[in-house]
Amino acid sequence: MVASEPIIDIHRLHVRFGQQQVLRDISLTVPRGQTLAIIGESGCGKTVLLKTIIGLVRPQSGYVDFDKQRVDQLSERDLAQQRTRFGFVFQNAALFDSMTVAENILFPLRQHQPKQQAEHKQRMIDGLAEVGLPTSVLTKRPAELSGGMRKRVGLARALVMQPEVLLYDEPTTGLDPIVSDVINELMMRTSANHSVTSIMVTHDMKSARKVADRVVMLYPLARLDPDEPQIIFDGSTNQIDGSADRRVTQFVRGEAGDRLMELRESKS
Amino acid sequence: MSAGADYPSATYPRRGIVGAVYNSIADIGAAVLSMFETLGDMTLFAWRTFAWMVLRLPRRETLYNNMYQIGVLSLPVVALTGTFIGMVLAVQSFTQFRAFGLETQLGGVINKSMLRELGPVLAATMLAGRVGSAMAAELGTMRVTEQIDALSSMGANPIQYLVVPRFLSCLLLIPSLTIMAVFMGVVGGTAYCIFILDIDMQHYTSNAKDFVENWDLFYGVVKSIFFGATIGLVSCYRGFHCKPGAEGVGSAATTAFVQSFVLIIVLDLFLSILLDTIYMSIWPVSPSMFSS
Repeated sequence: MVASEPIIDIHRLHVRFGQQQVLRDISLTVPRGQTLAIIGESGCGKTVLLKTIIGLVRPQSGYVDFDKQRVDQLSERDLAQQRTRFGFVFQNAALFDSMTVAENILFPLRQHQPKQQAEHKQRMIDGLAEVGLPTSVLTKRPAELSGGMRKRVGLARALVMQPEVLLYDEPTTGLDPIVSDVINELMMRTSANHSVTSIMVTHDMKSARKVADRVVMLYPLARLDPDEPQIIFDGSTNQIDGSADRRVTQFVRGEAGDRLMELRESKS
Repeated sequence: MSAGADYPSATYPRRGIVGAVYNSIADIGAAVLSMFETLGDMTLFAWRTFAWMVLRLPRRETLYNNMYQIGVLSLPVVALTGTFIGMVLAVQSFTQFRAFGLETQLGGVINKSMLRELGPVLAATMLAGRVGSAMAAELGTMRVTEQIDALSSMGANPIQYLVVPRFLSCLLLIPSLTIMAVFMGVVGGTAYCIFILDIDMQHYTSNAKDFVENWDLFYGVVKSIFFGATIGLVSCYRGFHCKPGAEGVGSAATTAFVQSFVLIIVLDLFLSILLDTIYMSIWPVSPSMFSS
């Protein structure tokens, strides 16, 4: 079945920065069309995993297959070409400060399709309409926009190349509940309308439950024994509540549990 | 060049006198390793910049925008400092020259100093301070706010898109800035000597003209090209390797200036020796030194 074909296949991935190991022996397969949420507490390596998928971080060992091609073995030119098949929505949108909203959205089009300028404007306006922003924002600079608007422009920029895979890094972090829900709705609509594969990194369980088909939970290596797997949950959003692992249920319910031991009473 | 904190040893630190000696050696070793690592990294960065410069030139509007920011906006400050340096040279040299009755020769000394040394070094220092730090801070902020990652994720090459236009702008515009610094230094020195120190204009200009040759202009401009390349590469490298946070960006800006300035001074010495050797091999007896 075409729908279950893996588009991303991660094999025994190890990532280390200097002396600090961040990812250990991660293996994961993402079928085409799936919406996967990678959850876990801050510092567990979720964003690093997302960046390794697109080749922004090089693994020490292991590899990522994207559409049956090893990402770490691609030439610079091929990697750039493959990256046009991805859309990356960064945590703080990562819009270019020195450009207007219009220039930000047009950037990938100008970079990769410089000869099709006639179509650019229409695609930019379509992208903006899709994320529910008025054309009046086109002339504004990113600094003039609210956090939610910046995220939406980031999504419009990611969608403008019509990617096959969308990567979201903490899409709802720092937003109020209403705007968070708007972003969740946008992610769901994008998945439905464009049949894209989506991987979102989040610690917002409400968002993960609403948007994702599958949830994978990573645990920080610092609190794991050397022989313990770093992926402590891999299943559907319905199964996560019934997990027997206390670390998973604590995270899902938002309970600190034994982590409260880290707090010491202050002497007044 | 950068801290050697990435090289902890399994048995480090040790205690006692032997431990202190051991730790000192380990610290020196870590610093040396780190320095070579940075040097190698910088060389690779420079190589990738040159390769992209050949493979694909930046878009015209990106290059023009950088040239305007780097070159045009630096002109006033370079011109102003050049003028004052020329005048300062006149003030400093006048007393000594007058003691030997050689004050009419002042123009030659001022102009030669401006052309060969002060013009290129001054323009490079101003460029490193005004533009180098700003480039490091801008690229550093882009690194910290993931804008460089965003560029890569969209299939653009950050070296080609961000470094090449800045590097080219520094390389192409520093000769003009140097010529401006020299010109204003010559004008400032001449004006001070003639109008303030009351040196005879005809003798002053005649001696100044005889003392300076085209080689001196070439000498300064060639040096400035190397200085421009150094500023462009060091500043962009520091921005690209910026550590997280506001402190990281501040440190990148400061380090960019300090390292550029140190390298400019070191390069100045070696380029001076090299260019003098070339001159002596082409014209074994210097006409400027002995004929006037």
